[in-house]
Amino acid sequence: MSHMSAASEQATRAEGARRDGHNGIEVAGLVRDFKGGVRAVDGIDLRVAPGEIYGFLGPNGAGKSTTVLMLTTLLPPTAGSARVAGLDVVREGAAVRRAIGASLQESALDPYLTGREHMRLQSALHGLARAEGERRGRELLERVGLTDAADRKVGGYSGGMKRRLDLGLALVHGPRLLFLDEPTTGLDPQSRAALWDEVRRLAGDGVTVFLTTQYLEEADVLADRVGIIDRGRIVAEGTPAQLKAAIGRPSVEAVPADPGERERLAGALARFGEPAAASPGAAAVRLPQGVGDLAEIVRALDSEGLAIADLRLHQPTLDDVFLAKTGRSLEGAGEEQDEEPAGRNAQAESKRGDAQTDAGAHASAGAGSEAGGERERAADGSAGA
Amino acid sequence: MSVLLTQVGTLARRSMRKTLRQPFQMFPIVFFPLILLAVNASGLKAATRLPGFPTHSYISFAIAVAFIQGGMFSLINTGTNLAEDIESGFFNRLALTPLRRVSLIAGLLVGVAALGALQSGVYMLMGLVAGAHLRAGAGGVLVILALGALACVGFGALGCAAALRTGSGEAVQGLFPLFFVFIFLSSSNLPRNLLKTGWFHTVATWNPISYLIEGFRSLYIYGWDGTALWRGFAVAAGLSIVALLAVAGAMRTRLQRT
Repeated sequence: MSHMSAASEQATRAEGARRDGHNGIEVAGLVRDFKGGVRAVDGIDLRVAPGEIYGFLGPNGAGKSTTVLMLTTLLPPTAGSARVAGLDVVREGAAVRRAIGASLQESALDPYLTGREHMRLQSALHGLARAEGERRGRELLERVGLTDAADRKVGGYSGGMKRRLDLGLALVHGPRLLFLDEPTTGLDPQSRAALWDEVRRLAGDGVTVFLTTQYLEEADVLADRVGIIDRGRIVAEGTPAQLKAAIGRPSVEAVPADPGERERLAGALARFGEPAAASPGAAAVRLPQGVGDLAEIVRALDSEGLAIADLRLHQPTLDDVFLAKTGRSLEGAGEEQDEEPAGRNAQAESKRGDAQTDAGAHASAGAGSEAGGERERAADGSAGA
Repeated sequence: MSVLLTQVGTLARRSMRKTLRQPFQMFPIVFFPLILLAVNASGLKAATRLPGFPTHSYISFAIAVAFIQGGMFSLINTGTNLAEDIESGFFNRLALTPLRRVSLIAGLLVGVAALGALQSGVYMLMGLVAGAHLRAGAGGVLVILALGALACVGFGALGCAAALRTGSGEAVQGLFPLFFVFIFLSSSNLPRNLLKTGWFHTVATWNPISYLIEGFRSLYIYGWDGTALWRGFAVAAGLSIVALLAVAGAMRTRLQRT
């Protein structure tokens, strides 16, 4: 009886949080340690405003998924605090789960159920009445473009279709806050773009989105603000433009038509700024005045009689931000970190109590999804998804 | 209460669908016991001429083993399906709903019980076609369905515990030979009073599977034998309780949600 009233109280609180618009995230000093003293998340602080798309960017094993597992109540933190939708993730776990939707890594679907059966299952488990669940299921299947495939078993869906269904399932109970853990990993560009559109639409509807990704472009294009995590710590945070502006100016790189003119080209460019790293056979300088110098550079090269084969302007990227903050490039940083028992493997180690079994399980799941990729893409095309 | 029942019913239906839609899981459930029954019945038919053998129909004697083999397949299928859910992240999907721990396991096991009753019905039909005579009559059918369902819950829960502990379908499947040995070291092929090898008789007497088999068998051979039935149900219930305790412990480790 007391259990029932506690659950009911938490449900009321979750509903209250929604009604009052408390659909942000506040995290302070969040830590997660695993067996063997591995610290996957090392005291992170972050704040996500209601209605914001927050991109959580980092290489594999940086601590992104562990953070999401803690924020979605699936893993208790070792230290620190987190409030999601105005609710404490440790003390009010059940209420948090009612307030949020989540699409975790890989499409966690039952290959033997159809898309519609998944919707029915999810709505029943969220306590929706049968008729309401059916209506909501139809609506969401249409929203994610799966109405035609709704009665097909999910095992025959493409990767993109699975991801879209996964997203639809996360929305069954109308959450105001959505966690998407690497939602586009392994998707082809079209499926990725379709998912981005849907995330934008959700944000337009006022849903707060916490999105983890290892893709720079995804964070750059989609997120209002980005937090960059490396080895369990947030190393930079801000809008993509702020982060890029903070680490420096654009650079210009030129390739001479005659390779023997490279030194003369470098000398001409040096009048406009400090030399910067360039591709083989090219010369580059960083532009202290920004892109305003570009026209002047072109005129100078022309007056010097230097024939140019290629001229490129490089704007700073989030990878440059990562490089500036960590001394490493984001591309490839994952491989280094994968060798450490951090992040998702460490999380799994804790959850299963057997690190070796876990590593195998993850490896086999990953291999399975890779192997199925080509077939799934073919199916995606045939379904017109 | 109604929320709990809805959750359990939903998960039970899903659990049944998952098994029924996998031909490679259904095939061994239906055909493996049938093949073993045919082999044993033809090879060991002469045993019915041994003094003290309780029936002239070896099929009626041996059909009981099919129900236990069905239970073993429940262990493998239930455990493998749950391990797949853990590996694929489906388990986390369920954990992210307001679903209670008890509903998760109850849903799985209600599905297993329903499938257990269903497969017991199939074995009874198989036995009938092969010439087994159910002396307990129509009431015996109901008791067999109930005992079959309960045994499957016990075995299925063991599979769940293994899946929750290891998170690996391969590890669950590795249990099959271990449990199959229990069938051979029981009174599956001969009644215990005819097991003349001392150690074998001792092992079969201590092996709880013997009593489970004898519970089913009694309905075919003797009609209503209270002692055999009581022992059979006690073993099935004991197995279920032990396995559910193991599941509860494993669930606490696996599902750490706040």
